[in-house]
Amino acid sequence: MTSQPVTTQPGGGATYDAPAPPVGPRSKRRRASVHGRPNTILTIAVLGAVAYFLLPLWWLLVASTKSNTALFSSFGLWFADDLNIVQNLQDVFTFQRGIFLTWIRNTVLYAVTSAVGAAALATAAGYAFAKLRFRGSTVLFATILGAIMVPLTALAIPTYLLFARVGLTDTPWAIILPSLVSPFGVYLMRVYAAGAIPDSLLEAARVDGASERRIFFSIALRLLAPGFVTVLLFALVATWNNYFLPLIMLSSPEWYPLTVGLAQWQSTSQAGSGSQALFSMVIMGSLVSIIPLMIAFLFLQRYWQSGLATGGVKQ
Amino acid sequence: MSATEAQITGAGAQREQHGTGMARREAIAGYLFVLPFVVVFVAMLVVPLFYSGYLSLFREQLIGGSTFSGFGNYARALQDETFLAGVLRMAQFLVIQVPIMLGLSLLFALLLDSGRLRMQRFIRLSIFVPYAVPGVIAALMWGYLYGRDFGPFAQGARAMGLPAPTFLTHEWMLYSIMNIVTWSFVGYNMIIMFAALRSIPTELYEAARVDGAGEIRVAWSIKIPAIKPALLLTAIFSVIGTFQLFNEPNILRTIAPNVIGVGYTPNLYAYNLAFIGREINYAAAIAFLLGIAIMVVSYIVQLSALRKERRS
Repeated sequence: MTSQPVTTQPGGGATYDAPAPPVGPRSKRRRASVHGRPNTILTIAVLGAVAYFLLPLWWLLVASTKSNTALFSSFGLWFADDLNIVQNLQDVFTFQRGIFLTWIRNTVLYAVTSAVGAAALATAAGYAFAKLRFRGSTVLFATILGAIMVPLTALAIPTYLLFARVGLTDTPWAIILPSLVSPFGVYLMRVYAAGAIPDSLLEAARVDGASERRIFFSIALRLLAPGFVTVLLFALVATWNNYFLPLIMLSSPEWYPLTVGLAQWQSTSQAGSGSQALFSMVIMGSLVSIIPLMIAFLFLQRYWQSGLATGGVKQ
Repeated sequence: MSATEAQITGAGAQREQHGTGMARREAIAGYLFVLPFVVVFVAMLVVPLFYSGYLSLFREQLIGGSTFSGFGNYARALQDETFLAGVLRMAQFLVIQVPIMLGLSLLFALLLDSGRLRMQRFIRLSIFVPYAVPGVIAALMWGYLYGRDFGPFAQGARAMGLPAPTFLTHEWMLYSIMNIVTWSFVGYNMIIMFAALRSIPTELYEAARVDGAGEIRVAWSIKIPAIKPALLLTAIFSVIGTFQLFNEPNILRTIAPNVIGVGYTPNLYAYNLAFIGREINYAAAIAFLLGIAIMVVSYIVQLSALRKERRS
């Protein structure tokens, strides 16, 4: 049925050690012959479960179109009679002299800078660990791998104190610098590089007299591009979603990212100064701030799916 | 970098005796490629970690700065009821929420892999999409959904003449948070497992099929054992995530301040100690203990997985 060699293990293949999975156009394997036919009843049951995952987002979408009074007077899962969506958007973007726009800019700045930096560092290191022999690499890699388990919040307090000493708190660096470290990114890139770059290619380039730097930049990097995008995407999400770090590092609202800013609006609205129409603004603000990531995930599906595959298959 | 590079390339002229020269060149390149990451790694991870350990050994005094107190802060933490209650709460969370979440992830992953579902792509994406919602916004949103004022649950109950459900009371808060975390991460874990399932060579279970094994039997005896590394990975990530729980309780705290105290989770406690109580040294000790707890539990998870593997 297929000509590709398969490492079948007797006894159910408890230890299946695959080469790094192919990324890119997924090898369409003859699943249909092995699997059953689609089952409508099963599909309906699963769609019921899917509703659990989608309904909160549906609620958010519906609620974002309502005025503060309509939030209380109409049913949550359906639209109110008068749509207030334009007004809500206007409120979100003009409240406190348009600070929401500043928060968006900050979030994009932090997320993009950190993600590009983290992915670049992880790619260079992962490539070296996978493809270059140098003394101490095993120990170094094990140390980095161990750091995956260090809770980031255990680091946040000392980092804050160290940054305070050198005057970095309440600046973008306080968010960007700690976000550049992605031990999991290094791990992913190592696994990825091991599978994506044939040793023979490197040997040939070396025999031809190409420098290691040239080999990396003109040969390896191209082959590593999908892995790079994967790490980039996950680092982007991690920084975009980060709340703890900016919460402790930043004190000026004009440096806040969306997460901290929205949380602050919400706590103001809960604090009871009910005259301010903050509920609908928090809701609209939440909707606006999740749309970019959803779009990114939709369009970059190939990358995050294959990236998670790389991480999960090998250990 | 380019200077050494040029030298080495020059030496490449005598590539007949490449053995040692090439190996050296390769090693130097290796260090140079690893260097940028290692610099940031040391500065942003190793140094703060040791600094945290150092801080935790001191005690601040009202007058005259701080004094060395050895393991005094640790001794205090181990008798601190607020801290211990927080750890216990997280242990409860771990024991209940993680198995439910990973069980659901595995179930959906197996269903998707079995090819028995229509609309596969839609289902996969829908379950995953909450992962793209920041934890803070997920908590804000669920906070409103749980609410008594305009939450749809309360509205539905009122329409049917029933009392509004109380999601945010002492009794139910932990479960309400579990629900938020489950909602956020089932899809993420599902994708990891699904990807691992896809990379099992089908030949492994074609034979079982021929022998008449059903879908469930194949899933249990072939697929699940084959994706053990992926399951282990998700389990460890879940342990780490659970003990670090912060965003959700911190957001819900504004809605239910009487239910979520300063030490509801160890992380929340460390934060409140450091930034509100100004007890930096004690907070460092708490954070350090938390880190140790995470490593110990992750290690146990790994070890038990290994042992099971060896036994079978």
